[in-house]
Amino acid sequence: MDTKKNDSVSPEISIAGQTQIAVGDPADADGSHGIPAEAARALPPPARPSLAGRTQTQIAVGDQSAFVYPFEPLQQKNAVITEAPWVRRLLILIGLGFLSLFLLLPLLSVFVEALRKGLGAYFNAFAEGETLAAIKLTLIASLIAVPLNLIFGLCAAWAITKFEFRGKQLLITLIDLPFSVSPVVSGLVYVLIFGAQGWAQPWFGDHVGKVLFAVPGIVLATIFVTFPFIARELIPLMQEQGTEDELASLSLGASGWQTFSRVTLPNIKWGLLYGVLLCNARAMGEFGAVSVVSGHIRGLTNTMPLHIEILYNEYQFVGAFAVASLLALLALLTLAAKSFLEWQHADQLAATRRH
Amino acid sequence: MSTAVFASRGKTPRAIPGLAPALGFTILYLSLIVLIPLAGVFFKSSGLGVFGIWNVITTPRVFAALKLSFGAAFIAALINVVFGSIVAWIFVRYTFPGKRLFDAFIDLPFALPTAVAGIALTALYSPNGWIGSILEPLGIKIAYTQLGVIVAMTFIGLPFIVRTVEPVLREVERDLEEAAATLGAWRWQTVSRVIAPAVLPAVVTGFALSFARAVGEYGSVIFIAGNFPSVSEIAPLLIIIKLEEFDYRGATAIAATMLVISFLLLLTINLLQAWARRR
Repeated sequence: MDTKKNDSVSPEISIAGQTQIAVGDPADADGSHGIPAEAARALPPPARPSLAGRTQTQIAVGDQSAFVYPFEPLQQKNAVITEAPWVRRLLILIGLGFLSLFLLLPLLSVFVEALRKGLGAYFNAFAEGETLAAIKLTLIASLIAVPLNLIFGLCAAWAITKFEFRGKQLLITLIDLPFSVSPVVSGLVYVLIFGAQGWAQPWFGDHVGKVLFAVPGIVLATIFVTFPFIARELIPLMQEQGTEDELASLSLGASGWQTFSRVTLPNIKWGLLYGVLLCNARAMGEFGAVSVVSGHIRGLTNTMPLHIEILYNEYQFVGAFAVASLLALLALLTLAAKSFLEWQHADQLAATRRH
Repeated sequence: MSTAVFASRGKTPRAIPGLAPALGFTILYLSLIVLIPLAGVFFKSSGLGVFGIWNVITTPRVFAALKLSFGAAFIAALINVVFGSIVAWIFVRYTFPGKRLFDAFIDLPFALPTAVAGIALTALYSPNGWIGSILEPLGIKIAYTQLGVIVAMTFIGLPFIVRTVEPVLREVERDLEEAAATLGAWRWQTVSRVIAPAVLPAVVTGFALSFARAVGEYGSVIFIAGNFPSVSEIAPLLIIIKLEEFDYRGATAIAATMLVISFLLLLTINLLQAWARRR
């Protein structure tokens, strides 16, 4: 998002923005030097020939933390449109304090608790057969759920963004539905269908086999809760990109499939990857919905999050936090990849994103 | 040439191919995974009738659970409105060391599995945890009380507010702030009368999203709540308890009530928001 903004401003302003960083280092932004950031921004750039030689994108990519507003006046010597230094410092302190207390500390405690009894105990936790079975089942469930939702996401986005038809808005709302349903209710839905008194169970029991308290039920529940992720990511992105590229490709004689695989797919690849990452993180970590349909049969229908619950309730804290640390690492990787994509390919991700 | 091709197909010319298979698969998959199963809940609960549902939800234990789920979610969303707005503000307006890192961590509750968040929060706030051991001598108990429920719900709802308010705050035109300042407004007046009205709809949306997520939350809450019946037992947990007792009717009644109340609240908030935008 920032890259986009930086690209659109004129070079002078970009350099002025850069100067702000050169003159006022981040710690200085709260006015600790006594010079308000705006005044610093108004100073002429110091002689830095290398800066002039750099291209726009290099400057833009070089420092993302500087928000450069094209409409921001360069002459700002009074503090009427900003806050007093002590207010700024106080707000930053409150904000970061809250984030540290509510986000960083829980994350840190996962790793500390997992390593509480040393590395040996930590790795022993993974040697247990039931833990390995849980990891395997989690991988299986997400390996089925993510590709299915990927195909669905592509189809839904293709139909919704490349064509006009009635009821499109309704379709988008319905795709969002699983987001607004409690995970427990999503699980309950499948119990009502495939449970002992469920209306589909007589037929499924005869023809397909057990669904509830078995792997198929877990996969279904996982698909349900991760259903909208990829479609949600692709629809706004493909809407922004329009249909010109596809029309050009078709008019040059490419087939529909060639157009999709050689024109559309490269256009949306980063957005797609982003959606897959979020979908996978949720698929591997889903707890509520899976908990309802799994039946908690150890070694058979326990996914990683369910196994964490069992270990925790049996006071095997090191084991519980060891499994939890794997999922926390997955979350960290997802966040890292997400920030990297936002940083490098901001223009190829949907600008309006909620999840 | 193209007309010949289209004419030979004998259909209306459509430039981009693939509508029928793409839309067909979309609707089929949507129906099989989401629509038919969800319709099943309403079918099942309609079998109970309004009185049947009423009888289930007015039992003291169920009523207490619903009150806790909605009440705690409301308080958590309010906490998030205050702190989430401050966080959004400092990320848009100020620079400080570690900004990019903190920015990435805001999405942690989206990425961290709820069960992991649940046991981590419990470890922190239990009487021998890092935070719990500080609060214990002061007589404040968080883990295994209703406060714990609020803490967990605050955790999972935070990114909704920040990520909704942030882009809107970034769009607020600084010209307006300057105009207010030149007209003699104090900074606080500018913030409360110029900036606040502009971001209010986004704050309301963030509140609604955060609230909706917290009401249905299960994984991160059950560990820290302690789950004492009628005291710190949330509605989703009660659904699971009813299911384990094979009381499918009771479970469906609670689920249907939660769906309807959430829907009504979100509808109200959407209407409020539309009203705020018109004003």
